[in-house]
Amino acid sequence: MASAMLSFASAAASASASLPVHENLKGKTKIGSVNFGSSVQERNPFGKTKHFGRVSMTVAVNVSRFEGITMAPPDPILGVSEAFKADTDEKKLNLGVGAYRTEELQPYVLKVVKKAENLMLERGENKEYLPIEGLAAFNKATAELLFGAENPVIKQQRVATVQGLSGTGSLRLAAALIERYFPGAKVLISSPTWGNHKNIFNDARVQWSEYRYYDPKTVGLDFDGMIADIKAAPEGSFILLHGCAHNPTGIDPTPEQWEKIADVIQEKNHIPFFDVAYQGFASGSLDADAASVRLLSARGMELLVAQSYSKNLGLYAERIGAINVVCSSADAATRVKSQLKRLARPMYSNPPVHGAKIVANIVGDPALFNEWKAEMEMMAGRIKNVRQKLYDSLSAKDKSGKDWSFILKQIGMFSFTGLSKTQSDNMTNKWHVYMTKDGRISLAGLNLAKCEYLADAIVDSYHNVS
Amino acid sequence: MSRALGDAVARRGVSAHRQWWDRVRPAPKDPITSVSRAFLADASPNKINLGVGAYRDEEGKPVVLRCVKNAEAKVAGSEFLESISASANSRLVEESVKLVYGKDANVIGEGRLAGVQTLSGTGACRLFAEFQRRFYPRSKIYFPDPTWSNHHSIWKDAEVPQSTFSHYDPKSKGLNFPALVDDIKNAPDGSFFLLHPCAHNPTGVDPTEEEWREISYHLKVKNHFPFFDMAYQGFSSGDLDRDAQAIRTFLQDGHLIGCAQSFAKNMGLYGHRVGCLSLLCTDTEQAVAVKSQLQQIARAMYGSPPIRGVLLVSTILGDPDTKALWVEELRAMVNRICKIREALRESLEKLGSPLNWEHITNQVGMFCFSGITPQQTEQLQRKFHIYMTADGRISMAGVTMSNMDYLANAIHEVTKSGRES
Repeated sequence: MASAMLSFASAAASASASLPVHENLKGKTKIGSVNFGSSVQERNPFGKTKHFGRVSMTVAVNVSRFEGITMAPPDPILGVSEAFKADTDEKKLNLGVGAYRTEELQPYVLKVVKKAENLMLERGENKEYLPIEGLAAFNKATAELLFGAENPVIKQQRVATVQGLSGTGSLRLAAALIERYFPGAKVLISSPTWGNHKNIFNDARVQWSEYRYYDPKTVGLDFDGMIADIKAAPEGSFILLHGCAHNPTGIDPTPEQWEKIADVIQEKNHIPFFDVAYQGFASGSLDADAASVRLLSARGMELLVAQSYSKNLGLYAERIGAINVVCSSADAATRVKSQLKRLARPMYSNPPVHGAKIVANIVGDPALFNEWKAEMEMMAGRIKNVRQKLYDSLSAKDKSGKDWSFILKQIGMFSFTGLSKTQSDNMTNKWHVYMTKDGRISLAGLNLAKCEYLADAIVDSYHNVS
Repeated sequence: MSRALGDAVARRGVSAHRQWWDRVRPAPKDPITSVSRAFLADASPNKINLGVGAYRDEEGKPVVLRCVKNAEAKVAGSEFLESISASANSRLVEESVKLVYGKDANVIGEGRLAGVQTLSGTGACRLFAEFQRRFYPRSKIYFPDPTWSNHHSIWKDAEVPQSTFSHYDPKSKGLNFPALVDDIKNAPDGSFFLLHPCAHNPTGVDPTEEEWREISYHLKVKNHFPFFDMAYQGFSSGDLDRDAQAIRTFLQDGHLIGCAQSFAKNMGLYGHRVGCLSLLCTDTEQAVAVKSQLQQIARAMYGSPPIRGVLLVSTILGDPDTKALWVEELRAMVNRICKIREALRESLEKLGSPLNWEHITNQVGMFCFSGITPQQTEQLQRKFHIYMTADGRISMAGVTMSNMDYLANAIHEVTKSGRES
C-alpha cells in the first residue's frame, strides 16, 4: 500500500515539487493522521472528483520553515522582575521595572481611575471601533494637558494629535512618519536612554546615533558633551529629548540649560522630538513637568511629542498615549494627521477604546481632574520622601565623605546610582536587591522602611566591589 | 542663530522657521472607514450605513453582547492589573487556540503552537507580516483577489512584496476554483498564501469542504505557507467548529500553518482590539523561540496589547456558562443576518429586478458582494443616502427589516437597467 501511495505521489508531485518524498516515510510522519481517501484517481489527480482522497499525506513535508529561528534575547528590564520572583530571600527588594508601588510595595490603581471605570460601566457604553486617529475627546484632552489649553499651538489648530498605544506605540508612529518623509534623517538619542528607544527606531528602519548625556564622574549631566553632539549632528536631525524625569538617569536639564538646548536645536535646524512618559510624575505638577515642551514650542519650532499615561494614571496595561506633531500651520497639521492615520491603519486599524475613555472622563470632569492631580502629587511626593530618606541613610552610613546629593537632584521614578555592572551584580547576589545592570534603581519600588537596608547595600557595593 | 536673534524670530512668528511638513501631502482616504465618516456627516433621516463590518441589531444599533456584560461585571475593579495580566495573556492564547484548532487538538497538547495576543486581526496580520519579512526577506505573500483592502496596506508597510491569486468570479458571483488552483500551482515554491478560512471578506464566497481539501493538497505540493486570517469564526455557519474546518483540514494534512484571529466581530469587542496570532511549529522548543521573536517585534511596535480586551475574552472563553451564552448570542446574530439575506433577495425579486440576486443568499458571513458597480454605489449614496464601499460590498449587518424596503427599492432603481457589473 505504501508503495502504491508513493508512486501516486510521484505522479502527482509534478516537476515543480522539490520534495524529498522518500524522507517523509521515515518517521517524521507522527504529525497528523494518515488517511487514505476512498478512491484515488490515478489518471487525473487534479480533476474535480467527488472523492478526492487525502493523498496529501504522502507528500507531507514536516520540516518547519522556522527551523533556523533562535530565541530572541530576553528583555533586560523585564528579566529583572523574573529573577526577583524566583528569589526566596525575605529581604529581597525589586528596584527593576518602573512601575509605581505604594509604601506597602503593592501595585496601585488610582482611585480616580476606579471612579471613571465605574461611571463607564454604569453608562454601559458600546464598544464600537474608534476612528483610526482615536477618541476625539481624548485627543483634545491630551493635547491641552501637554501644551495648556490656551497655548497658541492649540488655539491655531497647529497640533496633529493621534491616539497611540501608550508611549511605545506613539513613538513607533512618529518613527514611521520620519522613515517615510525624512528618509536618511537621523534620530539622536541620549546616552543612556530607555532601552526600547533603539528597538523602535531599528524596527522602523530609522537611523539613530547617541548624544552624550550622563557624566559618570559627576553622576550628573554632561551638558557640554550634549550640546557639542547636538551641534555636530547633520542639519535637520531629530533630537529625542525626555520631557521630564529622564529614564534611566533621573537627571533633567535645568531651565537655563533647556534654553541653551533650544538655541542649538534652532541653530542647526534640528527637530525636537520629546518623549513625555512622566508628566505630573516628576515634580507632582502637570504644568511644571511640561515646561520643557512648552518652552521649545513657544520658540515657534515644529516638534514631535509622544505621550504616555502608563505611569501618571497607572494605566500601564491599557496602552494609552498619543503622538502630537506641532506644525507651522493648521493645514500642515491636517495633512500630517492624515498620514499618521495612514501609518496606523496597517499597524492595528484603530486604537483601543478603554484607556482613552478613562483619560477623557478624568480630564473632562473638573472634580475627577482635581482628584487626579492630588493623587499624582501623592505619588510624586512619596518618591521624593523616599529619595530624601535614602540620601539621609547613605550620608549617615557612608563615612568616606562621598557626596550622595545627586540622589536628591535627580527626579522622577529612577535614580542612576553610579554603580558599575559588577557593583550592581553585588547588589543582587549579596543583598538581593534587583536592579538593572546600568546602575539604575526604580525608587517607585522602594519604601521608607527599606531605605536603610538599601543604603547598606549601596555603600558596600560602591566601596568593597570594584 | 544667537539667542537674541532667536527671540526676535520667535516674536515675528513661526514663518521664519523651517517648515518641515510641506512635503507631507494629504493621505488618500481609507476606502472602508471613509464610508462611515461620510455616513456620519449625512443629515438625511433615511440614511443607511452598509460600510464597515460591525454588527447591528434590528434597530440598527450597535450591540454589546450579554456575555460581554457578564464578563465586564466579573472583571470590574480588577486590581493589580500588572500581576494578572501575564496570566490573562496566557489564558487568552490557550483559549483562542482551542477555538481555532479544536480543544483536544494534538498540537495544543504537544505545545507546538507559538501564540501571542494581538491588536485584533489587523495587529495579528501585521505582526506576522513583520515576522515574515524578518525571517523570509525574499518571500512574497499572495492574497485572494479580492481581499480585505487593509491586507494590501499591512504587507506593503511591512515591506513584503505581494501578488494575488484568483478567488472571485464576477460572472458566477461565486468561486473561480480552477483559476485558484492554477494560481497556486504557478506561484514559486515556498510562497506565502493568505487564506480566509470562512466568510470571505469582501465577497462572502467560501470554498466547499472538498475544495478546501484540494487547495490544501496543492499548497502542500508547492510547499507554500498557508496563513489564515480568521476574522469571522462563527459568522459563516453559526457554528464555531464548522467555521474552523478548513484550518483543521490543513492541520490533518500536515501543514505547519499560521493563523490570525480577531474577536472584534464575533464577540463584538471591536474597540478593545483583541486577537491572537498562532504559528504551528515542529516542537515546543521552536514554538518558544518563535514566540520570543514575535514578542520582540510587538515590543518595538506597541509594547503589549491592552489588558481590558484580553480580560474580557479570557473570562468569556474560560467560563463554560459564559462561553455557552456567547455561542447562543453568536448564533442569534448569524440567524438575523441569514433572515435579512433572504428578505433582501426576496424583495429585489418581488420588485421584478432583471438581475439575478441568488448570490445574496449564497454568500456567507457579514458581507454581500452585491455586484453593484462603483457608479451605482455613487448613485446610491447621492440619491438615496445609502453608504457602501465602492466595490459594491454590503455589510448585511447594517440592514434591518425597517430599512429593507427602502434599500431594496433604491438598489432596484440604480440597477434596473439590467447591466451586469
